[in-house]
Amino acid sequence: MPPTLSGQLLRDGPKVVNIGLSGFARDLRRQRVPVVQVDWKPPLITDSRTAEILETLSPNQETEKGAMVRSIEAANAEALDRICAGDPVLVDVQPAAAVLAGFPDRTVLHAGPPITWDRMCGPMRSAVAGAIVFEGWANTLRDAEGLAESGKIEFQPNHHFDAVGPMTGMTTPQMQVLVVENREFGNRAYCTVNEGLGNVMRFGGNDAEVVARLEWIAAEVGPALGAAIRHRGGIPLKGLIARGLSMGDEMHMRNAACTSLFIRELAPALAETAGSGELLASLLEFMGGNDMFFLNIAMAMAKATIMPAHGIENCTIVTTMARNGTDFGIRVSGTGDQWFTAPAAMAQGLYFAGFSEDDGNPDIGDSCIVETVGLGGFAMAASPAVVGFVGAGSAADAIGYTRSMAEITVGQNPEWTLPSLDYTGVPTAIDVLKVLEMGIEPVINTAIAHREPGRGQVGAGVVRAPFSCFEQALARFAESVGAI
Amino acid sequence: MSVTLNRVRRAFYMDSVALMQLSQAIGRLPGVTSAALMIGSDNNKALLGDAGLLAEEGAAATANDLIIAVTSTDEVLGKDALSRAESLLERPVSNDNGATPHAGSLGSALARLEDANIALISVPGEFAAAEARKALRRGLHVMLFSDNVSVAQERALKEDARTRGLLLMGPDCGTALIGGVPLAFSNVVPGGNIGIISASGTGLQEVSSLIARHGGGISHGIGVGGRDLNEEVGGITTLMALQALEEDPATEHIIVISKPPGSAVAAMVLDRIGASTKEFTVCLVGLDRIDVPKNAKAVPTLKAAADAALGGHAIGTDFDAASLAQKICMERRSAAGPWIRGLYSGGTLCAEAQIVMRSAGLDVASNAPVPGARTLAGSHADMHTAIDLGADEYTVARPHPMIDPSVRHDELMAAAGHPGTAVILLDLVIGYGAHEDPAGELASTLDGLELPLPPIVASVCGTRGDPQGYESQVAKLRAAGIHVAPSNAQAAELAVEIARHASL
Repeated sequence: MPPTLSGQLLRDGPKVVNIGLSGFARDLRRQRVPVVQVDWKPPLITDSRTAEILETLSPNQETEKGAMVRSIEAANAEALDRICAGDPVLVDVQPAAAVLAGFPDRTVLHAGPPITWDRMCGPMRSAVAGAIVFEGWANTLRDAEGLAESGKIEFQPNHHFDAVGPMTGMTTPQMQVLVVENREFGNRAYCTVNEGLGNVMRFGGNDAEVVARLEWIAAEVGPALGAAIRHRGGIPLKGLIARGLSMGDEMHMRNAACTSLFIRELAPALAETAGSGELLASLLEFMGGNDMFFLNIAMAMAKATIMPAHGIENCTIVTTMARNGTDFGIRVSGTGDQWFTAPAAMAQGLYFAGFSEDDGNPDIGDSCIVETVGLGGFAMAASPAVVGFVGAGSAADAIGYTRSMAEITVGQNPEWTLPSLDYTGVPTAIDVLKVLEMGIEPVINTAIAHREPGRGQVGAGVVRAPFSCFEQALARFAESVGAI
Repeated sequence: MSVTLNRVRRAFYMDSVALMQLSQAIGRLPGVTSAALMIGSDNNKALLGDAGLLAEEGAAATANDLIIAVTSTDEVLGKDALSRAESLLERPVSNDNGATPHAGSLGSALARLEDANIALISVPGEFAAAEARKALRRGLHVMLFSDNVSVAQERALKEDARTRGLLLMGPDCGTALIGGVPLAFSNVVPGGNIGIISASGTGLQEVSSLIARHGGGISHGIGVGGRDLNEEVGGITTLMALQALEEDPATEHIIVISKPPGSAVAAMVLDRIGASTKEFTVCLVGLDRIDVPKNAKAVPTLKAAADAALGGHAIGTDFDAASLAQKICMERRSAAGPWIRGLYSGGTLCAEAQIVMRSAGLDVASNAPVPGARTLAGSHADMHTAIDLGADEYTVARPHPMIDPSVRHDELMAAAGHPGTAVILLDLVIGYGAHEDPAGELASTLDGLELPLPPIVASVCGTRGDPQGYESQVAKLRAAGIHVAPSNAQAAELAVEIARHASL
């Protein structure tokens, strides 16, 4: 008679996974018994179907769903491969109307999942009014608001046009957008040019100063940058970001290193193409005076990089995370273009002197696209300075954030490595199944906007992608693959 | 006047032992009458409610939140205590050396230890079955330390495990020795030819320690969970453990320890034993009149089980309870009451003490009575008592007395000061998982008592290899004037003899 498995356990001795009280693991380690401690937390699950579906789809060779489980694993591995294989290159700066395919007239693109005027938060509404005035569709902010309310302006998410935008994320036809091409797959993604700090449209600013700056970007900055970038034959971004990571950027709350590296890359071409020394000086001052200039480039890069991973059959990887200040929304590779939304949360973090949580607006912006490719909160270990800024504490905490994100992702990006983690890659490709099974919500580093229009940034912090979005996505996915 | 105050930390989790330690620290603050820090699961909220510790804020908490609850004689002091608790949470006492990075899930743990073969699960009971099911699906044997798993869940888990050929030890399984490795609450014992299958954690600890201290050795000790031999569970794990030990060439003699089982299950297990080629000792605690197969011997106590496996009388052969009792009673300075007061941390040790008292013809009451003993409602009665301080009613929002022997203080002081007390009977359980110095803790408690003490009799369950060290624990007890018997059964015999002298 062959030995039983329990007989084999006695023969081999225990090799232990300890789930719960860590003292037991400590005792085993003292006896030199192989042991791994699991830091257990209660599951966050709120929908009773979630547990059932997870059980059906959990790795288990024996069930009749085994083939499905393996095809999901294969699809997710494919998604990770596509993300890591991406070759994003900044190739141009152009007016949105010229490059966004099928951009309809009188349309305002905004951050986050779809939203109607009546549900928009304060900063979003005032940014919309400013954008309408900038486009010349109305002469005053008052008229602009009337126009928006009348239904004669169409609102659509940036993501529906392969675009992204920080905070309110306004994109209108005459605004200049950065064009990033993923040369491995041939797709392109877009993001407006960063306006600088303070009174800016991304925080809901809409007065004459804001509109005038956008006009200057449209008239001078965009064309000049576009010419220089084209002259140089594009600026590859993957390696630049790898260096930025080793210099303390995580590409969401900190872009100081990459902004500097970018200027260094672009300056010679810009000097050749700018024409006047005066323009060159103003461009260098504009970019150099804003540590977050690179954020918008990183966002377009992230969007271009994740796009090829969208629409893979049986794939449970998150390809979009975005917020509009009212709702948080995600989209998942295997469930197509459907959004799964939940109320946007308030970020936890530090407020600038004189401001408090009462002043903050709920989470807003497309910038968390960078988290979908392993940057931002996922790369916190690269950026201990950000951890302090977002109120999370020590460098060890930064590493903790990155490690915990490794629990909910498919793998690592071997090219974007973290010195503080012995050069392991950033955790990449968020898996809906893992988020739900682990009960760990993706962490996002974020700026906090004032809830009143045009007051600008009042703080920065971390926010978690709401669990409920993932539960809804799972239910839809399970239906679509016939798991329920 | 007393106020109940709650504060809730959203989305905060900490393991329950750490929380209990904090609860104790907060409970000792000025003005605080009781304190508890608990995850806001429905179970815990009910416990807090019963303890008068739940206020409106706490009632609104979810299983992802932490409730800090105090009752206080004074609102200001109570609020201070809440704030103190919050600041302690910010710098938790690590239970671990922190050297090895932890995994966030079973999946990532298996990526780090690919040949893992067993999951040791100690999460709160309401989540335990789900974790056990996941581990079984990954092909792991399970030791389920958690309690509060329903019988129906236990049956389902064990059926699932059996289908996969995997061993599910537990639930509420505190002790196992697999291939010489003590898991959870277990003692360091030498290897040997005796295998143990036990439905009782302290039963397994006592028998394996007695064998170890008297020259024998243990091949494996398999915990099966206290209800495995109930009709509802049907002895699934016990039968699988029998098969595993049957296959094990090192095991020559097998001890089976349980409370008296359901009759159908008993018949099935005894049949299985009869079909084995190995020798057996069957200890169905409290039951000695039972027909066993030829290759088995039935014994009523843990000590008798160890003796039988060692080949006869081996333990404490020179221990003479009667003459020792006489000597103790002559030396006694205080007036003697009539009653034995047994204060136990180990449930099966408490049961064994009752059996010794019953077989000496004494009437005994317990909160965990063996057949023939009476049920004790409060903590005192005008008869002999043996209290299991590890029972649920004593461990709500408090650590188990094996982890923190100080939870025995109140009962000890009450018994010591009561004129009806003839003798106090105690157990000390050492080994992995237990308190780091229970004897030292007990000695310092007694040191603080100014009364003339009644005689105190104890035994130490553990071995010289345990982190606390058997000899050094015994020496500390003796230095504190405590009489130490070589086994729990003999400690109970000594207590019986002392009580007889007292009532003369």
